[in-house]
Amino acid sequence: MEYLQTQELTYSYHKEPPLTLALDGVTLGIGKGEFVALLGHNGCGKSTLAKQFNALILPSGGTVFVDSMDTKDQSLTFEIRRQVGLVQQNPDNQLVASVVEEDVAFGPENIGVPPGEIREQVDAALKAVGMYEYRTHAPHKLSGGQKQRVAIAGILAMQPACIVLDEPTAMLDPRGRREVLETVWKLNREKGITVVLITHYMEEAAQADRVVVMDRGKVLLDGTPRQVFSQVDLLKEHALDVPQATELMALLRREGCEVPNDVLTAEECTKVLEGLLGGTQTG
Amino acid sequence: MVRDITLGQFLPGDSLMHRLDPRAKLGLTLSVIVFIFVAGNFLGLAVMTGLVFLGMAVSGVSIGRYLKSLKVVLLVVLFTSLLNLFYGGGEVLWEWGFLRITWGGVSNSIFVAVRIIVLIFASSVLTFTTSPTQLTDALERLMKPLSLIRVPVHEIAMMMTIALRFIPTLLEETDKIMNAQKARGADMESGGILKRVKALVPVLVPLFVSSFRRAYELATAMECRCYRGGKGRTKMKILHMKARDYISCGVAAAAGAGVILLRIFITHPYL
Repeated sequence: MEYLQTQELTYSYHKEPPLTLALDGVTLGIGKGEFVALLGHNGCGKSTLAKQFNALILPSGGTVFVDSMDTKDQSLTFEIRRQVGLVQQNPDNQLVASVVEEDVAFGPENIGVPPGEIREQVDAALKAVGMYEYRTHAPHKLSGGQKQRVAIAGILAMQPACIVLDEPTAMLDPRGRREVLETVWKLNREKGITVVLITHYMEEAAQADRVVVMDRGKVLLDGTPRQVFSQVDLLKEHALDVPQATELMALLRREGCEVPNDVLTAEECTKVLEGLLGGTQTG
Repeated sequence: MVRDITLGQFLPGDSLMHRLDPRAKLGLTLSVIVFIFVAGNFLGLAVMTGLVFLGMAVSGVSIGRYLKSLKVVLLVVLFTSLLNLFYGGGEVLWEWGFLRITWGGVSNSIFVAVRIIVLIFASSVLTFTTSPTQLTDALERLMKPLSLIRVPVHEIAMMMTIALRFIPTLLEETDKIMNAQKARGADMESGGILKRVKALVPVLVPLFVSSFRRAYELATAMECRCYRGGKGRTKMKILHMKARDYISCGVAAAAGAGVILLRIFITHPYL
């Protein structure tokens, strides 16, 4: 069994029929230390899945295991939430205190960590997200990206094994988005924290170890970014985007050019185009 | 513009008054206020005034700031002392119809004015040198014994913390909504008071709706961070009473004792 494991997971927000299933038989395993991007258009069930991972909502059918702990066992809820932190979209609505360091201390305080250790964990968490210099500032005076990093620090101070981020960059400007993503990547690489990143930005997803695409409560595709994004037609059919570079390649292929179908980044794309143009010039 | 608002009147600093334990400061201010009312004569009031002036001196805040804090209550001071002027007995100084000013009235009116002014100064010392966060913290700890009689002390403190946190956020949002409504042609500046109050409805409705959404998301975020009420909670910052806190409490206690003694033993009408 993987670190995060769902088995035939179904969930409905309605208690009585007609039941519309937000999750419809999801079986998915996410290993320790993985960086997984979760994609899908609005209402596909990805946020619902995120909330299942730390027992904020419980399965209507099937099971969810976090480190072999069944989320339905309410005596384990506290331990599960300690291990799996959830960062939401709006940073403003996640911060509790009016001083940055006191907000970050909120989690450890709830867990009951002794005061001296809280200080260490808070400082370490703030340094990890690069917000240590702002520890005495008021959250409402920070930029969106900074606020979101404080929110991540608040989760990090609880020393979780896994962080689930539900569209953490949706409300940020490009700079804030870069700050937050770089932070998340660093946490994954340096601290081995398992990351589940829900996003609308294909470029963000293209960098992940693994991409899971959801549609109507089911897993549509699951594989490396190259495997997933090479299926341009299937993704388009389900009203999903692919990274711009991949899309350009798909269009070129349709016009009869011989280009690979697993190009993800702008750099790879330039290289292929150079090859293509160089070839036509000499030939 | 809204982003720059500061809550309360806190002026960051590093004076002796700033460094006092917030619990001690809160306790001191409350007892000073009580003793200002206990003081029944000018000598007792002078002792308390001296104590408050001492507090102002070690707060490192300029006297101008304190005088500014009086501006709001200036009318109250003038009104109450004017009323008091016509009460009291003793030698009559001036008379016109039913209005009569006596020595007793003059002394009463000065007494009341000084009392209000010193009260304002005393509470300003507290609010100028203590951040709202520290104040909440002190309140929570001072009220702790009340949890024995089932007062939800932790919950009250938590509500205050969240309120403090969200006041600037909601102000910013109000500003945004007002601009959005103005952009759609809403007129909020003209008309009588009734018309203006009515114009606020389209601002308040979206503000309420979004506040509830925020509350819901905040509750989720708090649950994600293992919040389950005050049970089993620890604190990062622990307050320690130091020598300076005990000394200042001692000074205040001495002044209080002085006020009581003066009240008992001095009975001269104008002292």
